[in-house]
Amino acid sequence: MLIKLTGGTVYDPASGIDGQVKTLFVLDGKFINQPPAEMPIDKEYDLKGKVVMAGAIDMHTHIGGGKGNIARMLIPEDHRKDPVYRSDITRSGCGHAMPSSFTAGYRYAEMGYTAGFEPAILPVNARQAHMEMADIPILDKGGYVMLGSDDYLLRMLTAKKDQKAINDYVAWTMNAAKAIGVKVVNPGGINAFKFNQRQLDLDEKNAHYNVTPREILQVLATAVKEIGVKHPLHVHGCNLGVPGNVETTIDTMQGIGGLPMHLTHIQFHSYGTEGDFKFSSGGAAIAEAINKNKNITADVGQILFGQTITASGDNMRQHANHGFANPNKWVCMDIECDAGCGVVPFKYRDQNFVNALQWAIGLEIFLLVDDPWCVFLTTDHPNGAPFTTYPHLIRLLMDKSFRNDMLATIHPEAQKMTTLASIDREYSLQEIAILTRAGAAKLIGLDDRGSLGEGAWADITVYTENTDREKMFEKPDYVFKDGELVVVDGKVVHTTWGTTHIVTPEWDNSVEKSLEKYFDRFMTMKLGNFKMSNDEITEDGRGSLTAHSLNSIS
Amino acid sequence: MTEITEVPSPFCGIGADDLSVQVDGNSVKVTANGCTVNTPAFEQSITDTSARVNGEEVSLGLAIAKAADLLRASNQPIMGGCASDVNGMRGVMAVADKAGAVVDNMNFTGARRNFLALQDTGWMNTTLAEIKNRCDYLLVVGVDLEGFSPRFFERYLWNKESMFLDDTSNREIVYLGKAPSGNASTSPAGVSAKVLECADANLPEVMAVLRALVKNKKIVAESVCGIAVSELQTIAEQLKATKYSVVTWAAGALNFDQAELTVQMLSEMVKDLNTVDTRSSGFPLGGKEGDQTANQVCGWISAYPARAKFSAGYPEYDPFLFDSAVMLENGEADALCWVQAFNIASVPPKTDVPTIVVARSGMVFDKEPDVFIPVGTPGIDHAGHAYRLDSVVAIRLKKLRHSGLPSTAEVLNAIEQAL
Repeated sequence: MLIKLTGGTVYDPASGIDGQVKTLFVLDGKFINQPPAEMPIDKEYDLKGKVVMAGAIDMHTHIGGGKGNIARMLIPEDHRKDPVYRSDITRSGCGHAMPSSFTAGYRYAEMGYTAGFEPAILPVNARQAHMEMADIPILDKGGYVMLGSDDYLLRMLTAKKDQKAINDYVAWTMNAAKAIGVKVVNPGGINAFKFNQRQLDLDEKNAHYNVTPREILQVLATAVKEIGVKHPLHVHGCNLGVPGNVETTIDTMQGIGGLPMHLTHIQFHSYGTEGDFKFSSGGAAIAEAINKNKNITADVGQILFGQTITASGDNMRQHANHGFANPNKWVCMDIECDAGCGVVPFKYRDQNFVNALQWAIGLEIFLLVDDPWCVFLTTDHPNGAPFTTYPHLIRLLMDKSFRNDMLATIHPEAQKMTTLASIDREYSLQEIAILTRAGAAKLIGLDDRGSLGEGAWADITVYTENTDREKMFEKPDYVFKDGELVVVDGKVVHTTWGTTHIVTPEWDNSVEKSLEKYFDRFMTMKLGNFKMSNDEITEDGRGSLTAHSLNSIS
Repeated sequence: MTEITEVPSPFCGIGADDLSVQVDGNSVKVTANGCTVNTPAFEQSITDTSARVNGEEVSLGLAIAKAADLLRASNQPIMGGCASDVNGMRGVMAVADKAGAVVDNMNFTGARRNFLALQDTGWMNTTLAEIKNRCDYLLVVGVDLEGFSPRFFERYLWNKESMFLDDTSNREIVYLGKAPSGNASTSPAGVSAKVLECADANLPEVMAVLRALVKNKKIVAESVCGIAVSELQTIAEQLKATKYSVVTWAAGALNFDQAELTVQMLSEMVKDLNTVDTRSSGFPLGGKEGDQTANQVCGWISAYPARAKFSAGYPEYDPFLFDSAVMLENGEADALCWVQAFNIASVPPKTDVPTIVVARSGMVFDKEPDVFIPVGTPGIDHAGHAYRLDSVVAIRLKKLRHSGLPSTAEVLNAIEQAL
């Protein structure tokens, strides 16, 4: 199948193309520069005057795993507001804050997204994460496996096991859970909560293991680098949501000693303690620290006003925040000596001082980080807002007057506490393409996605130029997945099944000896039954695995 | 003959995965780590291998076509039972979406007590490995735990070693309501559980007093439903003094009106305990006949637990109105597809509406259904996934023999295609 996409205005930062008119060719799902002369074109799309980008990639979105399903069960009243009808080609479901799996796939695709990555796969819950994601149509998917509060790692640290042993354990776990990255959530804090510790600062010791979050970050960031995984350690830091945590966050960045590290939903970690309400913006300080430390990247975790639900592995902080639950119901779980989770519904309100300032802090960070390759567009779906708010967020970034109009409507004291009004920056289309495509693919370590260049898989989104960027980005003209047309005029016209992106770093098999002993002594399943096999993803005939390259290990 | 070890069980709910079985043709024998729940379930022999329509043996294709005809002719079909593995439940969801059916898991009326509490106020819960390694005090409310799960104590409480307890035999076990049926709860050191018995129907009152005592409320009465308040006061103090208490219950066993309020009472008590400088967690028992699997899969595909209706073209959830037993009784449904891949004793409810049964080989009927399609059992005849009771761990079920029986998913997906 040869497809010709004629005359679109192309934004492809991965190939260094910034708004040039260019014709693209897709042969059997992948881009080629020039088709062989005699080959007939099966289908041509006239894209003159249209904006062409790669399919967008959400590098941090809670779309698969137990806590998401708890979130779904918890809020039937939210689903009732957004029923999704079945059609001849699509399944029924529910939308809004925590959509059903099929609906999530359709809605992402209808906004031009072709991949999403679950950032918090508990090793023991990996099957669920992958099974849920297997029921998300169209999108490619993948995830980051959570370590850092698991008793096995903490026992290793207490026993002063060497870095090599930790590297083997991390690589083994990534393979067992079918992951493409490693995440740490409130390093050691989820574990400390089980020992009744209610907070854990960067240098505070876990009461049982005598290990600090800083030490956990150090060994895990080192492991990720040394086993060659391209996605840097994905860090949900200490003290989420705590006023004054900006200091902790900057300390976390500087303390990692130049190792690659990604700080996620950094907005929730950028709070000062100034002002009448002892809550202030650390946005500028955080952006400055990102600008200075070239080893650091961050996604924002922007909040947007309205009802949502927060689902996090950080049960220590979620428990501390349960008083804000709206509606007033919430769940916390301790999970399998592995991790935990907390699910708390939230309603962010523009007339609430704290929520209003959170909104401004996120935008400050977006606008004050110089290098668009170091910052990523997320709402930490559904925690800051549902992913369906992305077009609105893009407009806030691209349209200063719109942004200032919105700013003028929020809590007046919050307006006084932000420099947002004085920031003139407006994101360009190329910069948006970096945040949501090329940069995300590079950060995750996807070899052949997020680009319109030769050899890349043809995930393509075509938009009609519109000065109202929200309107433009919420309804693409066309979306192609692996070269197949899946969306026309913002509606799914055809469904496909994406692949699961993983990496397969190597480990020394002797790691299983001590793991097997540990599982037999303390766990509730056999080691052999814990590890996921490839067939679990591929045996239904829909799923597939795509292993990406690693950095060469010196 | 082959010997297979580390076999996970989808039957007991607690995810026992250390069974050994001997397979000889279609015969399976549990040779190690069986129990009164798992052994008969694994050893159940295959009797039916052919599908039937109106009692006559037919090809699988014909039975599938007939099933599709019955569903197509129905205005409000029900997908009942919903007892299978993850792929089987995916098949249930696909058929329900296309046929506009009600999906209703057979254990939902019991589980509803939990869902109502969850959806009103939530809870703080834990999972099996945390119990095994941390639990120093177990309060069992209204259930005979060893009757529910014969190996619970052996696997998760009287384990020799734990990471955080010096001596697991020092764990304290207290029963409130039902007394245990045997001695599994007696510690290896010979200490028997404390039992404070009351009738099930008195549990709301007893739990309310216990929570009040945890919250330091003054109770004037000296006894409540036959239990001395001083005994409850001791429990309240112990719950606060221990490091990681666990309160367990089985929603299905709380068989009295508005039992969801008792689930809520104990869940809120657990939350209270976590505000008085200790940790405590709830632990709901369940996970049998694929009930957690049904709720999980229905959860991610529809966003609701497994009592949902699809006849409007989108999923709707009502834990009372879509009770299939009530719907059948009231004439609100006109076809039933009963899915039960685990248990031949779990037959469809008596009804006059056209009935399709997709069930484990060997099911015997008082009244022959219009269509019967025998299917393989997940974890015996085909690989698959099943959730254990804590809803967190999906165990990977193994294929033990080549019986040639189709899986639930194969049959239901074929029906969906034929619709």
